[in-house]
Amino acid sequence: MPASIAIQAENLTKRFGDFTAVDAISFEVKKGEIFGFLGANGAGKTTAIRMLTGLSRPTDGEAFVAGFDVARQAEKIKENIGYMSQKFSLYEDLSIRQNIRFYGGIYGLRSKAIKEKTAQILKELNLETYADQVVGSLPLGWKQKLAFAVSNVHDPAIVFLDEPTGGVDPATRRQFWEMIYAAAHAGRTIFVTTHYMDEAEYCDRISIMVAGKIEAMGSPGELKTKFGATTMDEVFVKLARG
Amino acid sequence: MQNAIKITGISKFFGDLKALNDITLDVAPGERFGLIGPDGAGKSTLFKILTTLLLPTSGQASVAGYDVVKDFKEIRRRVGYMPGKFSLYQDLSVEENLHFFATIFGTTAKASYHLIEEIWVQIEPFRKRRAGKLSGGMKQKLALCCALVHQPEVLFLDEPTTGVDAVSRREFWEMLKRLKAHGITILVSTPYMDEASLCERIALIQHGEILSTDTPQGIVSSYKKPLYAVRSDQFYQLLQDLRKAEFTEKVEPFGEYLHLTTKPAVQTETIGNMMEHKGHQHILIKPIEATIEDVFLDLMQTENAV
Repeated sequence: MPASIAIQAENLTKRFGDFTAVDAISFEVKKGEIFGFLGANGAGKTTAIRMLTGLSRPTDGEAFVAGFDVARQAEKIKENIGYMSQKFSLYEDLSIRQNIRFYGGIYGLRSKAIKEKTAQILKELNLETYADQVVGSLPLGWKQKLAFAVSNVHDPAIVFLDEPTGGVDPATRRQFWEMIYAAAHAGRTIFVTTHYMDEAEYCDRISIMVAGKIEAMGSPGELKTKFGATTMDEVFVKLARG
Repeated sequence: MQNAIKITGISKFFGDLKALNDITLDVAPGERFGLIGPDGAGKSTLFKILTTLLLPTSGQASVAGYDVVKDFKEIRRRVGYMPGKFSLYQDLSVEENLHFFATIFGTTAKASYHLIEEIWVQIEPFRKRRAGKLSGGMKQKLALCCALVHQPEVLFLDEPTTGVDAVSRREFWEMLKRLKAHGITILVSTPYMDEASLCERIALIQHGEILSTDTPQGIVSSYKKPLYAVRSDQFYQLLQDLRKAEFTEKVEPFGEYLHLTTKPAVQTETIGNMMEHKGHQHILIKPIEATIEDVFLDLMQTENAV
């Protein structure tokens, strides 16, 4: 796998008995790219991500994530990726500081490194005065930014974001995307799954899954041109309705 | 003609928290009115007051001509309400749910079939399935049927499209548009700014206050500053460069473009020259009309500045 490629999937397939959830998908994600992974409910997104994050073994085909084989080096993959979902990432009854320490510990950072990371995150997010506040009491937008920072605590090569910004106000959403742009600009690869099409417009490139297969791939601009649409929403509707 | 919904100075406090602060709003009979705002803006609180499930701290409101406090029984007979959280009986089948809600209101599904037919035919193949086992889009259609089964005058839909995929969302809005023919007034809330254009009139709401009320076109044309969609091969760098530029009033990421608001009387050329000077390539600059989201962001900043 060339050094410029962060994720490479080749005919990646998952079958459950007679049902093919993921049907020989192939794609590449470049380092530092923001890649959107789209599809309707039941299209096979979740199964594909479970394979890419080393949680589920492919039935067929292969994939490399951060240079590691998803079938044989699942543990290595887990060390080298970050994961954030709006719902499940942070412990609501732990404080900001405790959450950072917890995740730092999980990823094997030493106490000194955790201390430095904590100081850095608190400063970057302007949360120094709230460090000991329980996360459950924070506004949604702060939680999201913190969850993203925490998913980056071990400097992973790739971060998986699972529907990261649903429901927040437009200003907070933009602050969040600026954090993502900054991370990608610094060389981190971002893999975003969402079914909010307006979120998809922020990605460099997008793939759209329909019934286990990748039916379209390209930049938002390319896809809109190809499908004669003005928004990603229209592209998605055209694809999903056949 | 009397308003279908009339809200005058409604406030709701939960302890120190002002969930709604002096809301005034009228919705005409038969109108499809959208309440647009993020989570925590106060949308659901307002719905609960209008459907008589919550008492306001102060102010007055009437629905279908009845007062939300004094005439709550009348209102409950005359409105349909689809709460944000799926609230049908998960372990009753699709048709059992529909018949249950019809019976509660002393009617039958047959009597209102003309109203629900179009939606019902889409979920009929699953009529024996438990509601809890339906997909998101199907649940939402069933919930709409149940909210319509007693032929309400006013329909309250609280974030009906949240968490639903793009195809189902679109179908849902098409159904709402067709309900217009039956003269039903619809108050619908959504956090998706792009759904605003599907309403006849909208109110933008944030932190319990209404920022603006108008037609979608009226909201959009209220943005008077020069606005451009801008892009180059180095997106993040461009954002930084434009923030520092003298001609910039503000710049925000909008999907694959940046939306740049400039000070008055700045030439497109000036922007282009700056970008070239900074080494950007594949430069694209085009004057655009504002979107609802541009206006929302602008009003938010004004609010915060006050």
